Amino acid sequence: MSAETQTLFSPGLAARFDRMVTLYPQRRSALVPMLLYAQDEMGALNDAVIAEVASRVGISELEVRNVISYYSMLHTKPRGKYHVQVCTNISCMLRGGNELFARCKEKLKIENRETTPDGLFSLEEVECIGACSWAPAVQVNYDFHENLTPESLDALLDQYRTQNGLADRGGR
Amino acid sequence: MADVTFTVDGKKLTAPAGTLLIEACRAAGIAIPQFCYYPGLALQAACRMCLVRQEKVGKLQTACTTQVAEGQVFTTESPEIAQARKATVELVLGNHPLDCPVCDAGGECELQDMTFKYGAGVSLYTEAKQHREEQQWSPVVFFDRPRCILCYRCVRVCNEGMDVAALGVQSRGVTSVIAPNMGDHLECEECGNCIDICPVGALTSGTYRYKTRPWEMNHVSTICTHCADGCKTTLGVRSANYGAEIIRGDNRDRSGINGDFLCIKGRYAFDFANRPDRLTKPLLRDKDGQLKEATWEQALDRTAGRLRELRESRGGGAIGVIGSNRTTNEENYLLQKFARTVLGTNNIDHHRTADYAAFVRALGERGRGRSASLRETASAPAVLLLGNDPTQEHPLAAWNLRTDVRLNQARLYVVNHTPIKLERQATATLRIPQDGYGNAIRFLAGDDTALPADDAGRGFRDALRAEPSLLILFGSEYRGAGVARVIEFGLGLADARFACLGDYVNSRGAADMGLLPDLLPGYLPVSKPGGLVEEYGGALPQTPGMDLIQIFDAAARGDLAALYVVGSNPVLRYGIAPETLKNTFIVVQEMFLTETAQLADVVLPAANLYEKSGTVTNTFGDQQLVNKAGDLAGTRSDFEMIVRIATKMGADAKKLVPYGRGVRADMGQSRGAQSGEADRHAVWLAANNLEPKLSPLDPFAVLDEIERLVPGYEPQAGGRAELMAGNDIHLEPPSAPAASSADAGPARRDLVLPAADTLFTSGTLGRYSEKLNSVLEAYTTAARTTGRDGLSPVAAGESAGERDRRA
Ligand code: SF4
Ligand code: SF4
Ligand code: SF4
Ligand code: FES
Ligand code: FES
Repeated sequence: MSAETQTLFSPGLAARFDRMVTLYPQRRSALVPMLLYAQDEMGALNDAVIAEVASRVGISELEVRNVISYYSMLHTKPRGKYHVQVCTNISCMLRGGNELFARCKEKLKIENRETTPDGLFSLEEVECIGACSWAPAVQVNYDFHENLTPESLDALLDQYRTQNGLADRGGR
Repeated sequence: MADVTFTVDGKKLTAPAGTLLIEACRAAGIAIPQFCYYPGLALQAACRMCLVRQEKVGKLQTACTTQVAEGQVFTTESPEIAQARKATVELVLGNHPLDCPVCDAGGECELQDMTFKYGAGVSLYTEAKQHREEQQWSPVVFFDRPRCILCYRCVRVCNEGMDVAALGVQSRGVTSVIAPNMGDHLECEECGNCIDICPVGALTSGTYRYKTRPWEMNHVSTICTHCADGCKTTLGVRSANYGAEIIRGDNRDRSGINGDFLCIKGRYAFDFANRPDRLTKPLLRDKDGQLKEATWEQALDRTAGRLRELRESRGGGAIGVIGSNRTTNEENYLLQKFARTVLGTNNIDHHRTADYAAFVRALGERGRGRSASLRETASAPAVLLLGNDPTQEHPLAAWNLRTDVRLNQARLYVVNHTPIKLERQATATLRIPQDGYGNAIRFLAGDDTALPADDAGRGFRDALRAEPSLLILFGSEYRGAGVARVIEFGLGLADARFACLGDYVNSRGAADMGLLPDLLPGYLPVSKPGGLVEEYGGALPQTPGMDLIQIFDAAARGDLAALYVVGSNPVLRYGIAPETLKNTFIVVQEMFLTETAQLADVVLPAANLYEKSGTVTNTFGDQQLVNKAGDLAGTRSDFEMIVRIATKMGADAKKLVPYGRGVRADMGQSRGAQSGEADRHAVWLAANNLEPKLSPLDPFAVLDEIERLVPGYEPQAGGRAELMAGNDIHLEPPSAPAASSADAGPARRDLVLPAADTLFTSGTLGRYSEKLNSVLEAYTTAARTTGRDGLSPVAAGESAGERDRRA
């Protein structure tokens, strides 16, 4: 299939996708990384994104949806600017992950998988994110924050709220 | 692969290395339970029902993915295995409703069977079950989510088998759910294969659901009455006050030429048979020109009386006969015999959808043994598809070709003027101009000037010509000399076999049986009837009669005294103006008051293919048995009507249908080669171990005569037994001198008019199927609202099959 002539994505990302589909023996192998990049740029995998990705890899929209629904880090609805992912898996749980999660809910006034009305924060309870050695850990977008306490978490969230010196590395 | 020997439950078994254990066991009569495994589809190993113990292996193994190798030792039943299966069933039943008595699959559910065999009497699961309402996904597909056991058979059959990919799995783990492609509904080919393959009652059919129970039906194997592939279908029939009602069509025993497959028409479009507006009483036109109900005796008397009068007064040449593509071989044979010996005319034709006569003639002696069975579409290593769109017009052949590509890595070469869905399975495609089919053959034969030859075109040709063997399927784009060119080209290749693609269940049979003005049964020219004169006991008209168009031209001139139409609607198909026929006495044998029947003087209510017995021949030349399934009081088979009318006209029933004894005894030859040979039919029957038939209404008496007299239908080894057992037998077209070009006479007129049916239409008959209409309507509405093309719901693109093949 030739490169899409009309695209939802930025020229850079579109060019990247044009190349990605040629890198694998089958075009569909590029699906998951494409979805991640698309989600980072577009904020969510809405119907239009799904349609374009499906046509780029040459499968049906249903098949793209099958994959999206399989992976919890792929979303069809927009999340907050900062997506706060609190690990409550075993190491983090032993070192206070549940408390961190409760503190987030309390402070952000939202429940699991919800977004604050101002669209700044969304919250998700996640399984192990591979930072057990520094548990309890929280991932905000692509950034890890480790060895947290409820207090340091408060400060962290405040910092994000004011963008006080924290570079946003993107990836919602 | 080399055979290996291994042990199962103490028995030594042998199978080719690499065979799946579950298949090797099945072949040896050892049944291993399975939910997710399905022969021919990708392995899933999702259900764990097939667990077996392999010696020296720590864990229980799944028999559906284990390949056999030398010296392995397996146990398939033991307390340990039963316990494992019991646990699996218990897990599956965790959220499954325990209400088999109200489930549509009750009585034929694989989960029910497994629960009886292995299941626990109690469940440890105490949570409330999650209920979800049933959903209707399309006019034919319903989904009951809690019953789904996530075996993914439906998803695989739709992706791999159908290449439609309308079903998918959303989410993961316990929340996995089968989802349709359009969110809350399906846009697909509506084949119902997903429903048929579902082991439980999760997918159910809009036609059948909650109407009856499997054990309350009779199950009759017969042949689908729609396209020319001739799928075997098992009709579920139930007694009704008017006879027998058909409630279901499926092919669960997978025994026929079509294996697992049926398309929407074979599976659901039997409903025309149950329509309330079926004709059940003969209709006669009265003095005021109105059609009025009459008794059978009145109607047959009127028909026979008028026909006899007109034959006497105006001669057989003023009578025309139009036969059907959906009646049996026996009826077609009888009809032409009736036309030629009783009406005294060669004015007999039918709606021709492919040029079989040209095909048979072109094959001739050199092409002997080169006609392909439908079965070969599933096994040929390479296939050339010239024209046609099998997905729409030959759904079974399309399914077979996809299967062939998927399972055998077959190479499919497509030549077409327009994109067709099967190109997604094609190794190469040659796009040609709409009028370029003849040139395409010249090009393939090496003439570079025939098509604007580019590298792709030459590459296509080189690859094709390098194939060590090739199955050539050609559509009705090729006729007459065009057909001859295809055959000529193919015979020049290393090893080519051929099939000609027409439309309707017995279009091949109609041509084979001589529903043609210039050809007798077996394509014998009418000018050289040979032994038939004697066999038919009298003179046969020896000049070619009028073809279908000429018949209506004669009517327009006022030269057609009578028209006898069996199961055909030429008035609509050929756009005949009613005034054309105002001076013609018209008899129509029909199920419904079609455009043609409305003009008739006598309408005789006919039984359809599902309500009679006999044989049909598909477009590949595979002959199959038709069994009576449904029954509608008041109707008669076309066979019976023809015999009754003929005898009322004064014909000797014994000469028409060889029944009883001594049929030839009174032919009175006292001289010549045949003298003293009293009853050739009886001699033939005895030689073929067949009994004389006892009734003039027995179609098998005519089958005997067909086998005895019609070139191409000679009895084959085991033929009758195979036929009666419901198996297909491939018939080679005759290569007798009769079929050679020397006798062909002047070039025949091209009267081929393709039916141009889609998946959801089936000529006039299709219009009387509620199910087809509702699906058509759903797609037309969808097309209106979404701008999609409703008839080809499946967008082109890279296919599952193509991907698998490259994988
Ligand atoms: S195409 Fe056939 S198998 Fe696929 S969803 Fe439709 S009815 Fe089911
Ligand atoms: S709907 Fe039927 S065939 Fe499909 S996954 Fe569920 S149980 Fe299996
Ligand atoms: S493929 Fe043809 S013969 Fe088979 S079910 Fe469909 S219409 Fe009938
Ligand atoms: S358990 Fe939390 S990071 Fe591994
Ligand atoms: S049949 Fe083997 S795992 Fe399902």
